[in-house]
Parts: sequence; C-alpha cells; structure tokens
Amino acid sequence: MSSETKQILTTDGIPLEVSLKKAEKKNKIKAFLLVAPLLFFLIITYVFPIGDMLFRSVDDKMVTQMLPKTFKAMENWDGQELPDEEVFAAFHEDFIKLVEDKREGKLSTQLNYTKNGFKSIIKKLRRASKKFEEGNYKEQIMAVHKRWADVEYWRAIQRRAPEFTGQKYLKGMDMYVNEEGKIVSVEEDRRIHRVLWLRTLEIAFFVTVFCFLMAYPIAHLLATLPMKYSNLLMICVLLPFWTSLLVRTASWMILLQQQGIVNDFFVGIGLVADDNRPEMMYNKTGSYVAMTQILLPFMVLPLYSVMKTISPSLMRAGKSLGGTPFVAFWKVYFPLTIPGIGAGCLLVFILAIGYYITPALVGGASGTLISNQIAFHMKSTLDWSFASAMGLMLLSGVLVIYWLYNKIVGIDNIKLG
Amino acid sequence: MALPKYTEPHYRIWHYIYLTICGAVFFFLIAPLFVIFPLSFNAEEFLSFSDGMKSLDPDAFSLRWYKDMIYGTKNPWGLAAKNSFIIAIFATIGSVLLGTVAALGLSSRHMPYKGLIMAVLISPMIVPLIISGVAIFFFMAKAGLAATHTGIVLAHIILGTPFVVITVTATLSGFDHSVTRAAASLGSDPVNTFMKITLPLILPGVISGGLFAFVTSFDEVVVVLFLAGLENTTIPIQMWTGLREQLSPTILAVATCLIILSTLILVTAELLRRRSERLRGINR
Repeated sequence: MSSETKQILTTDGIPLEVSLKKAEKKNKIKAFLLVAPLLFFLIITYVFPIGDMLFRSVDDKMVTQMLPKTFKAMENWDGQELPDEEVFAAFHEDFIKLVEDKREGKLSTQLNYTKNGFKSIIKKLRRASKKFEEGNYKEQIMAVHKRWADVEYWRAIQRRAPEFTGQKYLKGMDMYVNEEGKIVSVEEDRRIHRVLWLRTLEIAFFVTVFCFLMAYPIAHLLATLPMKYSNLLMICVLLPFWTSLLVRTASWMILLQQQGIVNDFFVGIGLVADDNRPEMMYNKTGSYVAMTQILLPFMVLPLYSVMKTISPSLMRAGKSLGGTPFVAFWKVYFPLTIPGIGAGCLLVFILAIGYYITPALVGGASGTLISNQIAFHMKSTLDWSFASAMGLMLLSGVLVIYWLYNKIVGIDNIKLG
Repeated sequence: MALPKYTEPHYRIWHYIYLTICGAVFFFLIAPLFVIFPLSFNAEEFLSFSDGMKSLDPDAFSLRWYKDMIYGTKNPWGLAAKNSFIIAIFATIGSVLLGTVAALGLSSRHMPYKGLIMAVLISPMIVPLIISGVAIFFFMAKAGLAATHTGIVLAHIILGTPFVVITVTATLSGFDHSVTRAAASLGSDPVNTFMKITLPLILPGVISGGLFAFVTSFDEVVVVLFLAGLENTTIPIQMWTGLREQLSPTILAVATCLIILSTLILVTAELLRRRSERLRGINR
C-alpha cells in the first residue's frame, strides 16, 4: 500500500491489513491446534520409531563395545601380517571380561555374521582360556586353534570396529565387503534375497495386471447398469472387501487343497487324472490366486468411481460420428478411465508388494515375499537390525511408488468405496 | 442391459462374451466366501464335502463345530473374542476422536502445510503393514507396552486414524460453512456449534470412518503378531495359528460368524453412505 492512499482503519483504529493478518494468524493457529493431537501422537508412536529403524539398521556398536581394548590396540595394526602381542593381550583381556558376563556367545554370533567359523573357535577359546598362564597370549591363543593363527580372522574382527555399518543393506542385496574391502556379491547359490526381491516385484506386478484385467469389465458393468441392479452386484465387490482377510485366505486354503473343490472340479471335467491332482497351494499359484481375489475390490472401487462420472452420451456421440463401438470405446471411453486405472493399479501394487499374511499361509516356500523374510528375522533369528534394513529398503520402494501416485492421482483423491 | 434390436450379430456375440466374463469375475469374487458356510456344518472332521453332504443327508450336517467353538475345552475363542472386541472398541473410540478433530483442522482453509501434514497423517495406511509392525513394536518395547492391551489399542489407533481422517475430510469437503457462521452470528459458541450443527451433519462420515477403524482393528494380525503375548490373543491371531498348524472345522465356524458380522457392517456402511450423500445433496 503506497503512503499516499489513505489507510483503511477498523473501528478500533487499527489498520485493516494488520487486523486481517492477525485474524488470519489466529485462524491458522486454531486449525493447527485441532490437527496437533493426532500429529504429535503419530510423530511419537510412528514416525520416530521408523527413524529408530533407520538407526538400528546401521548401528553396529555391539561388537565395538564388547572389544574396546582390542580395537584400541588394533589402531596401529596395518592388517598385513598377524597382529602382535599387544593386540592379543588386549583381546584376551576383553574376552575374559565377556566370559565373566557370559556374553561370549553373543560375540561369536556377531563375528560369525562377518566371517563363518568363529562360533567353534570362540567356544574352544573359552574352554582353553581358563588354563591360560599370564603373558605371551599370542602363542597361547594361536595354539587353541589354527584359525586363531590365520590373519583373515583377525581382519574380520577389525572390520567390526566402526560403530556404524551399511553391511545389513548389502546383505539385503546379497552383497558383502570382502577381505580387500571391496563390495562383492555372494556366490550364485546363496543369493536368497535377490530372488525374494525379484519374486516380490514379479508377484506384485502380475497380481496388479490380473486385478486390472478382471476389474475393468465388472467396473464398467457396475457403472453402466441401472442403479437397482448395480447396487445388488456391488455387494459382490463390497462383501469380500469388508470380510476378514484371514477368512478369505482360509476359504482359498479349502478350495485349493489337493482334495479341494477346485481339484475335484478339474477331475470331474476330466482335465486332470484323479491320482495326479496338481498342487495348487503352498506355491506361487496359491499366492497369485488368493492375492488377486483379495485385492480385486481395491481395483474395482477406484475404477468404478471414475467410470461413474463418464457420461454415456459420449460413447453415443462417438458412435454417431461413425466410429464402431470398439473405436468409440478405445478412443473415447478408455482415455477417460486412465485416472481410475492409475489409482487402482498403484493401490493394488503398493498393497501387494508388502503382503505378508496370505503368502505365508498359501505361498509355501516358493510363494513367499520379502515381508515374510522381514517377519522371519523379527521373530525367529531376532536379527532386528537386518529386519529394519530390509524394511526400510521396502519402504523406500513404496515411497517412490507413493510419490508417483501423488503426482498422477493426488493423495486427496483416494476413495474408499 | 438389453441390446437394441438393430445390433449386428458379431457385436451381439461380443456383448454376451462380455457378460460371461463379468459373471465369471463376480463368481470368482464372491463364491469363495460361500464355501465356508456349508462346510462349517460338516459332521465330520474333514474340510471337504463328504458324500453325505453331497446327497444332502441330514446326518452329515451338525452343529458340533459351533458347540466346540463355544464350549470346547481349553478353547481360546472366548478369550480371543473378548480381547478382540475390547481392543477394537477402544481403538475405534481413539481413532474417531483423534481423526475427526484432525479432519476438522485439515478442512480449514487456514491450515498451513496441508499437503505435508496430510501425508504424515495417512502414512500408516500407505506404509506396508509389516514395516508399521516392526516400527510400532520397537516403540512399544521401549515404552514397556509390548504384550499389553494398551499397547495393542495404541497400535490400532495408529492404523485406524487414516481411515477416519479420509472419510471425515471427504464429508467436510461438501460441507456448507455458512451454517456454522450463521450459528456463530446467532450467538452460539464454537463447541455448541460443533455439537449441534457440524457434528450431526458430518456424523455419517464419522461413523463410516469409525467402521473402517473397527474393522481394521478387528481384522488386524500383522502388528498384533509382533505385540501380543498369550494373554492378549485375538480372533485373527487364533485364526492365524489355526490355519498354520491344522485346519480344523472350528475355524470355519468362527469364519462363518465373521462373515455374518462383516455383512452387518457392510449393510450399515452402505446405509450411512446413502444418508451422507442425501445430506450433502449428491443424490442422483
């Protein structure tokens, strides 16, 4: 506002601009205060813990804290030949302390991650260390087992010195840091994680494709039928949508078992021999079939809500201008449904990529996904840092997809039936 | 959908192929649910139709698995059902309260950083459950809430709020703000305006968000698997264990009850959706 124009004042004598700004600020604070409880609740219970996962996935303090003196002594070691007495003595001192606290087992587990073969030699060292005499620890330790005289094992210990490490991420991609400090892949037959990542992508992709192919015609039918019929058919989509995931998985387990109804049917129509019933569960087929049916409503609903808005007169116009029904469909109707296709496909893909329950129950060994591996490390091996690392790798993948979703459809456009 | 009389034969054929495909897909969607129903009345301990059932022999049907579900010895279902309902009800109340208030703030046109905050608020719905499970487990373990009802309720509030936020913001997007201004000009204070004007109008959205939150909690198994101890077992956990170890027909009896419950929820949700559309004047 230039100084010449007369300032508009409110009745209190305050310039209107200032007064409006003040009111605006007050409204902003009011709106924020309403959101604040949920926002802070989620930040504390959800966002920070995900950050905690990031920390855990690179945290490697355990060994650092178990062998403080050893690593201090190793600072002057060049790693070429066997370390000298100073390192051995420090290692002995750290080790005796660990044995006193009964923590040497943890050390052997940790070191075994870095190099196989530590488990047995640490056990042997524990037994032998009780009879150790003072002084000349290098000789005594090396006499316990020939691996203690192998410089490779001492290098492996040295590699655990830093407090932070990216090795869990490398492990998630079947890679590791070798003796020369280079990043290399593990042997071909031990690449379990790459297989799982690829399988997860493959299953998520094909489930999305199957869902799309099945959902498109029925969404179209639902959108074009008169209300009273479409409402009835809509129940076929919504009832599975609201039904417990475990119930739906259970019904597939019954249908797909070897003596199940699907196999009975195939035998009945003579497709397969009675004594040669195919295995349809506990493999990839099981995952595909069950996941497609379970995720299908998530594809139908966005497609339906988009198709509902397309006026039928557009198709009529296309036909009246000389297009065959196919041309009219392809040139007029299909392009208009693309936002719904994008929403449905990305929704199904995101859900499928993180699926856990259904593959665990009907997928068997060849139909499990990366989520099952994460759960396995959380519950069975208790390697939580590795589970965190893989979880975050999966999450970053999902965030990329989510970002695309936001670009294409916008998160505000999520519709829930 | 009747075809006009002048339709050419090959389009007619196409149309019937299309209807057949649609019929097959609808069958694929709904039929698996109906397998459970008859099998739960099986008199035998198998999960396939016995010859007696195929010939509709009344002796082949029985209620023994329902009896087993309710009266069976060392039966986990009673405790599981009690826990599931308690957890789901508290999780729903929590989600609805936090979610509705947040949605009110988010719908205000004065809200700063709307996109970013919305993204955070609905992130539990987008992040794969397994990751949410790991993260929430770390938090609850640190807070000493693992294997407690409180911990599971909090976890389910986290997972349930996005649904409430989304449904309530959707309802509020068609909300005519001049009615609240009218109330204010007539001397009503904001709380009174909310209770008497806003809430009744957005109630269908709130309730359907609450239904989503209830179902999410009632059906949730991934996070509970990490969090629950023996005392906190829920229906989904019992089903999960049952399905992994051995499929007993008792599970099918439970599943039938769950299908009936979901039918009731579906009907309620549909009625609410229609009411909400009517109130917002979108009725076509």
